[in-house]
Amino acid sequence: MPTIDFKGKQIEVDEDGYLVNLDDWNEELANYLAEIEEVQMTDAHWEVVNFLRNYYKQYQIAPMIKILVKEIGKVMGPEKGNTKYLYELYPGGPAKQACKIAGLPKPTGCV
Amino acid sequence: MAKIGAPELTGRIEIPKLAEGASADQKSYIAKPDNMAALSFPRERLPNWKEKAIEKFGELLKKYRSLQLSMDICVKCGACTDKCHYFIGTKDPKNMPVARQELMRKVYRKYFTTEGKLFGGLARAADLDDNLLDEWFTYFYQCSECRRCSYYCPYGIDTAEITMAAREIMDSIGYGQKYTLEIIGKAETIGNNLGMLGPALRNTLDFVEEEIKDNTGVDIKLPTDVEGADVLLVTPSADFFATPHVESLIGYAKVFHQAGISWTFSSYASEAGNFGMFIGNYDHMKTINKRIWDAARELKVKRVIAGECGHAWRAMYSFSNTLNGPFDYLDKKYPSPVHICEFTLDLVKKGAIKLDKSANDGFTVTFHDSCNVARASRMGDKIGGQFIIPRELIKAACNKYVEMSRGTTHAETFCCGGGGGLLTDELIDLRVKGAMPRMQALKAVIDSNGVNFFALICAICKAQFTKIFPYYGLEMEMVGGVHQLVSRAIILGAKEGV
Repeated sequence: MPTIDFKGKQIEVDEDGYLVNLDDWNEELANYLAEIEEVQMTDAHWEVVNFLRNYYKQYQIAPMIKILVKEIGKVMGPEKGNTKYLYELYPGGPAKQACKIAGLPKPTGCV
Repeated sequence: MAKIGAPELTGRIEIPKLAEGASADQKSYIAKPDNMAALSFPRERLPNWKEKAIEKFGELLKKYRSLQLSMDICVKCGACTDKCHYFIGTKDPKNMPVARQELMRKVYRKYFTTEGKLFGGLARAADLDDNLLDEWFTYFYQCSECRRCSYYCPYGIDTAEITMAAREIMDSIGYGQKYTLEIIGKAETIGNNLGMLGPALRNTLDFVEEEIKDNTGVDIKLPTDVEGADVLLVTPSADFFATPHVESLIGYAKVFHQAGISWTFSSYASEAGNFGMFIGNYDHMKTINKRIWDAARELKVKRVIAGECGHAWRAMYSFSNTLNGPFDYLDKKYPSPVHICEFTLDLVKKGAIKLDKSANDGFTVTFHDSCNVARASRMGDKIGGQFIIPRELIKAACNKYVEMSRGTTHAETFCCGGGGGLLTDELIDLRVKGAMPRMQALKAVIDSNGVNFFALICAICKAQFTKIFPYYGLEMEMVGGVHQLVSRAIILGAKEGV
């Protein structure tokens, strides 16, 4: 199993860098994962991460992209409630890259 | 990760100069031991894997006479060599269908033919050693089982079946691909490829209902587990998660609502897709397919309709009856699954729903035939219905429609580059390159006719093109579903009856 070295601790990740143990996640580690992904975390990025984590806690899966888009539009303003904006925040995709930084498993299926 | 380079878009498809080993480094991840075990495969590669592989190979040759025939009958005429999108895109000669098949045929000769047993290499026979097994794992997961090469084969050799057999052999010795097997595990335990549990599904559908209400002012339901509904709709679970997939989901709901036909999803069988087919495993294919028919029986529906998903349609339409039939508990008028495009077009023709084409006047549309629909199934009651019906439906929903060039559509369609269990991120370079022939044909109609909507009826195609369009400098918003067009055009309001 691959690992990443974080503050002298070996954190288990899968081949794509998603955390294996979701409990390993904390904000500092999220910042570190974002750094690896070359994503500069801003308040908007955190909105996405926090929403994903809360949704996951309740439903054991990341939300439909459209749900995320709607939520971001609600919080950040309607002009930002679109998929394009989410891709600006997370060029690797709002589902996959944002989930990785949020410490959630990678979405599977035809997505 | 190396930088992914998309080929240049010229609007032309050219046969490349060979580049030996060009895609040898494009390898799928190996499945995790627990995942293998859960699907009754060995946890990891068996110590006596070679013996077991040959044993399995022999078993498959007996079980599938077509495989035996395919092993024997190839005359190396070369008709298939330049037909594979992965060959055209990667230039790797091992992606020429005949060369990919040769990886298996030479093992066949060695163990199952007299000349191979006696003369070995002189008879083009080879031992299945570590290196060759690695090549199997690499190149049989660089085939999307799209069967374009089979279409051109004068003997009708089904290359996809050879790929499926190779994968089945590898799984049986504990050498599986992570992407497909993880998904099969979720489909069999949770009921869909996403791993979305009932409460999440319901929450998602509630959200979609609110969205429709906000945008149209109409109360349209997306029901789950309604006993006695007329229709059970099974759709790829990507429709519950991804964009643009959800836009077609909204389209289906509007169609049912406006036609006044009661319908339901099943939270038990919340997946149309069947990755059991991709790995050539009859038992898993049957298990996944069975969920649909168990749900249909339990919910006492009259008929089953399939949403926009290419390989699911193949699995449901072509294999359901053999796997889990007969369906004598369904209404006798609807003995087999119906494709959502056929269902909707029928309602349009009857006047039960009306479409306002001008709602899509901002679009010039082209249609990409999905491989599994085009070459492995039918639709409706006419030969070629799988080509006619989606096109008629699109033309009923928009004013401007353009075909891509001949040789790239209908039965000759190119795969999207992500089918057959290859829609996984570690293969992104292969996926970008494999999409190239389709992208060239699309580029030609973008330049000549200003095409700006690329209509699809497959969840894999939708996810694949959304992902790879930006590599080619195209906007991912161009990618959409056929029922997305229907959704925009359908006139909601007072019903005039069916």
